[in-house]
Amino acid sequence: MIQILKSFSKRILRILFGRKDNISIGFYGPPNAGKTSLANKICKDWIGEELGIVSKVPHETRKVQFKEKVEVKHKGKTLSFKMIDTPGIATKIDYEDFLKFGIKKKLAKKRAKEATQGIIESIKWLDDMDAVVVVLDAAENPYSQVNITIIGNIVARNKPVLVVGNKIDLKKADIKKIESAFPDYDVVGISAKEGKNMDEFYESLFKLTRDI
Amino acid sequence: MANKTKTVKKIKGLSLQVLPFSEIEELTIAERVKKILNLVLGNKIVLLHGRLRAEEEARLIEDTMALVDHVKNFKGIELAVIEPNLKDKNIFTKFKYGLAKSLVGDNALTVIGPASIIKEIKRDPKKIELMFN
Repeated sequence: MIQILKSFSKRILRILFGRKDNISIGFYGPPNAGKTSLANKICKDWIGEELGIVSKVPHETRKVQFKEKVEVKHKGKTLSFKMIDTPGIATKIDYEDFLKFGIKKKLAKKRAKEATQGIIESIKWLDDMDAVVVVLDAAENPYSQVNITIIGNIVARNKPVLVVGNKIDLKKADIKKIESAFPDYDVVGISAKEGKNMDEFYESLFKLTRDI
Repeated sequence: MANKTKTVKKIKGLSLQVLPFSEIEELTIAERVKKILNLVLGNKIVLLHGRLRAEEEARLIEDTMALVDHVKNFKGIELAVIEPNLKDKNIFTKFKYGLAKSLVGDNALTVIGPASIIKEIKRDPKKIELMFN
């Protein structure tokens, strides 16, 4: 009931004063969930260029990267926003994990150092977001404390959240598991790599920013 | 059927530290996180009776990352919060839980341990498993 009233009052304010200019939408989640892949897909769809490099090695994105203005058109409506892609949040970083991917020790240590700083930066940026897209790997167990902590922090800051289950092209993907882990939030399953279900994602993105 | 002998690996030693919430209740966020991380740096697995607020968990991750950068051989933490699952319970049970919570405090249990000891905390709604390195 409180949520309905909050949403109603926000809509009234929006009608009276208009939508906030320069909405910032952050892409958050654990490492290797496909945040940058999704950001790239959106950029390719609407700007024609990619945002960042993706790789199988965790913590490829170690600095916050953004596009100042992305304009998405969907069903006759236009959504303009600043897109912020953040480094994956984790509770541990071990440089030895990078060695398994053939990275040399010195570079692995450098990568680990950058990754720890990236996590701190991600958390600090959370206050600057107007809405957050939490990207999870649909083939992984969603009940991890990092996922819960990320969503808990967005909710504690009263920011709207959309949960995206990425990699639905994988056999192990289970979007129902994500839905049952986060029953209070809008969940959409996509494959950023193969461009699957992007229409539903854009629909949810408009819904996410409706009350800002 | 092949005659296979099952072996159980011996755990050499494990140090658990129970931390009643009352011990951190009066502390600031920074002090709470510092207290927890000091125990974890001493290779202890902390069992906190209760749970941290979302922003405290975020601060815990931030400070952990800063320590990974500065403390040799420290790789970070594993963290999990165990709470009674009341989602499918009836209103009477929820009321009883709410009453108990107001009388004796939060029924949640937070497990925080060094990543060098705890490899992974596997959890789903029904169980929690600690996998050791």
